[in-house]
Amino acid sequence: MSFLRVVWLLMRKDLIIELRSREILYTTLFFAVSCVLVFAFGFVREGQPMEDVGAGILWIAVAFSGTLALGRAFERERQSETMRALLMAPVDRPALYVAKLIGVMALMAAVEVIVVPLVALLFQAPLFQHLPMLLALLLAGTVGFTAVGTMFGAMLARARSRDVLLPVLLYPITVPVIIAGVRGTSALLQADPDPAVARAWLSLLLSFDVVFITLALWTFEPVMTD
Amino acid sequence: MQRLFLPLTVVVAAMFAYAPLMIANAPFESTMLLVQKIFYFHVPSWFVMFSGAFLCAGASAVYLAKGSRDADHYAVTGAELAVVFGLMGLITGPLWARKAWGVWWEWDVKLTLALIVWLTFVAYLLLRRYGGPGSEKLAAGVGIFGAANIPFVYYSVNWWRTIHPKTTVVPTLGPGMRGAFWFCVLAFMLLMVLIVAARVRLERQRALVDELFLELED
Repeated sequence: MSFLRVVWLLMRKDLIIELRSREILYTTLFFAVSCVLVFAFGFVREGQPMEDVGAGILWIAVAFSGTLALGRAFERERQSETMRALLMAPVDRPALYVAKLIGVMALMAAVEVIVVPLVALLFQAPLFQHLPMLLALLLAGTVGFTAVGTMFGAMLARARSRDVLLPVLLYPITVPVIIAGVRGTSALLQADPDPAVARAWLSLLLSFDVVFITLALWTFEPVMTD
Repeated sequence: MQRLFLPLTVVVAAMFAYAPLMIANAPFESTMLLVQKIFYFHVPSWFVMFSGAFLCAGASAVYLAKGSRDADHYAVTGAELAVVFGLMGLITGPLWARKAWGVWWEWDVKLTLALIVWLTFVAYLLLRRYGGPGSEKLAAGVGIFGAANIPFVYYSVNWWRTIHPKTTVVPTLGPGMRGAFWFCVLAFMLLMVLIVAARVRLERQRALVDELFLELED
């Protein structure tokens, strides 16, 4: 079977399971919304949000809910022992990685569709003024975050205390994504928007994506072999 | 290495015994005076930390590619060195910064980079300790990812910092200080070689004991 066909079949399987239960989507979404609300209680004083916090809150909500989604995506494979079946299947191992990556990305996109307007609303952030640039930053940032996260999530699926270890491993490695995402977004949100700065951060995010997807494709096979 | 171990231990011990004298005799730095002396142990500990980090990443890559157990022993040694000496740098750094810059912590590129790399290798050790069986391979992945992340952290923090005031306090070394500094660096690097040799031997013996135990059970 060709690589792309394997990716497609695996994605379809995950999508069908998710559409039947909508478990990860609903829980992650609710978590992201609660996250933004908690920040609103922390950073809105007398009806006015503190200056320049919108970008940070948006990315923290994305990172936190992303961690939740990543943990759940592999928990499902573990519960019914299907991880072993997947690994035993006579297909390219990296195809498993790519399928899971795209699946988590789709979920994160669904979460962002709700969270971005919510942040814009609660923190009076002009998020829609530079929509194409904002979407590019969100896409590149989400790819970087989930590229590392999918790798670690898959690795930890067989490990003990995986729930605690996932964020412990994931956050130090994704620091550049968070910095680039927050600074790029806040360059667009400031009173005098600066698209050139946002573009510079976008290029950093894109190079992060390329390097870490390549590394993950290279290490997935040996790491997932017993 | 086995035969060299004892003489090398003597040399390193002698160097560390002599180092305080050299540091005391080195000239005072013009603005920071006595406080600056911490630099002779602070900077070499970062040298060892980053050497440990790269040792871990390199050995992890070899371990994943070739599956050699020995490479894994080197990887765990590198990570432990990075954490221990990184902690030393993280303690001596703020002590120095408090006196020289007036603050305990500055979000400067070097400081932030060191902190994040240190956190990565703490996470690496946590994974090995609590990940259960088979976590060596997973840890190898983390080691490689952590090292690949270093340039990205450097650039992102550097750009992030440009919005804030810059600190240019890293002193240029006077001729009298250079000797003492490189002496300390050499002492720390030799200490590192010593620790790596001892630690790798310990890991090898441990693996051997495990193997023998399994054989006995069969």
